[in-house]
Amino acid sequence: MTIKEIKVITVYVTVITVITVITPESEVNMKIIISNLSDAPIYEQIKDQIKSAILNGELNENELLPSLRQLSRELKISVLTTTRAYTELEQEGFVKNVHGKGCYVLSRGSELIREQIIRDVESNLSLAIKSVRKANISDDELRKMLEVLMEVFDIE
Amino acid sequence: MNDLLEVEGLTKQFDDFLLNNLSFTLPKGFIMGFIGPNGSGKTTTIKLILNMLNRTSGKIKVLGLDNVDNEVLVKENIGGVFDSNYLLDNWTLIDVEIALGMLYKNWDKNKYMSMLNKFKLYPKKQVKELSKGMQMKLMLACAFSHDTKLLILDEPTSGLDPIARDELLDILSEYISDGERSVFFSTHITQDLYKIADYITYINNGKLIYTGTKDDFINNYRIVKGDIKTLTQEQIDHIIGLRRYSSGYEGLIEKGHLRLFKNELCENVVLDDILVFQSREVCNG
Repeated sequence: MTIKEIKVITVYVTVITVITVITPESEVNMKIIISNLSDAPIYEQIKDQIKSAILNGELNENELLPSLRQLSRELKISVLTTTRAYTELEQEGFVKNVHGKGCYVLSRGSELIREQIIRDVESNLSLAIKSVRKANISDDELRKMLEVLMEVFDIE
Repeated sequence: MNDLLEVEGLTKQFDDFLLNNLSFTLPKGFIMGFIGPNGSGKTTTIKLILNMLNRTSGKIKVLGLDNVDNEVLVKENIGGVFDSNYLLDNWTLIDVEIALGMLYKNWDKNKYMSMLNKFKLYPKKQVKELSKGMQMKLMLACAFSHDTKLLILDEPTSGLDPIARDELLDILSEYISDGERSVFFSTHITQDLYKIADYITYINNGKLIYTGTKDDFINNYRIVKGDIKTLTQEQIDHIIGLRRYSSGYEGLIEKGHLRLFKNELCENVVLDDILVFQSREVCNG
């Protein structure tokens, strides 16, 4: 591979679409970043980012998501991809699609996501406990480890 | 009427080529990519839609109307962008306006002038003085000046630089953004266009291989790479376009056969991969 080819590849690798979507009615300033290199499909990237926007309060209850066609146009992606992201968010109970009006954030959206995260945390902790038992490490040592790690994390 | 373009059982017999029983539909408000290797019948299909060739059998409907019986009405509603432009070289862009204005009932001169302005095309220039990218924009300007519902592009991006291609994407997204218009474009490479396409119709050697949503199409395939020593006959039977090399092999598999390749590297594909491996399979026989 020549240096020129490598350069071309690096340029491709660094291309990421960053777009700030501003919905005209509610003037929500929601950031959606699509990575062309991520293994996650584009619809999943959109879903995840809308979910975290709901969780951290960037998107509030009853706020309107950008329209399907507006978002597709701005991100330069297929309308069907955006449709899929919105449909799945609705099926999972985070948003409500009102025909002819748009997609609204539901009040229990953030609760649902919190529950989902708690489940993730629990299963990750269970994995840790499993490993600890395997290696005959005491429970106190595990608690200590967790505390140290949390301290380190907070400092970082 | 939900489908802007309906093609059913379309067949065209040439002495040395057969476009065989092609069927697909393009719903209103979406972009369809029409793909296939060179010589697979893409341009033939487009010529049949535009009634530049007589079909042997089958049906074509644009906005619910037969494209031959209602040719004039259909063509008022279609805008075309082709690899090479169809306008006379020594016309100025004003001459273009006069000529096309006579042809189209719903021609809008003001729209044309504002499109020229938007695309930074100078009206007094001659067609032959325009670069390839500017010629494409001129054809788009013409298409948008007679209120079209369907935009048909035949290899619009061949010979365009990345900037012009990106601009085309913007223009196409904007064109369909009200949900009332559709785009049908044929192409054989260009990754960027694949991102905005909602549907894919894929033909090879005059035959339909796939028509449906792009996401389903891409998601149905994986690229598998592995060690040639562990390659079994059962695996070989399910690999499309197998290529062996001294240190390993690679090929395309359908998602349904992933269980046969648990120890191999399986990667997501891009559209080009599917085309390349499928064509290789045809060559391998």
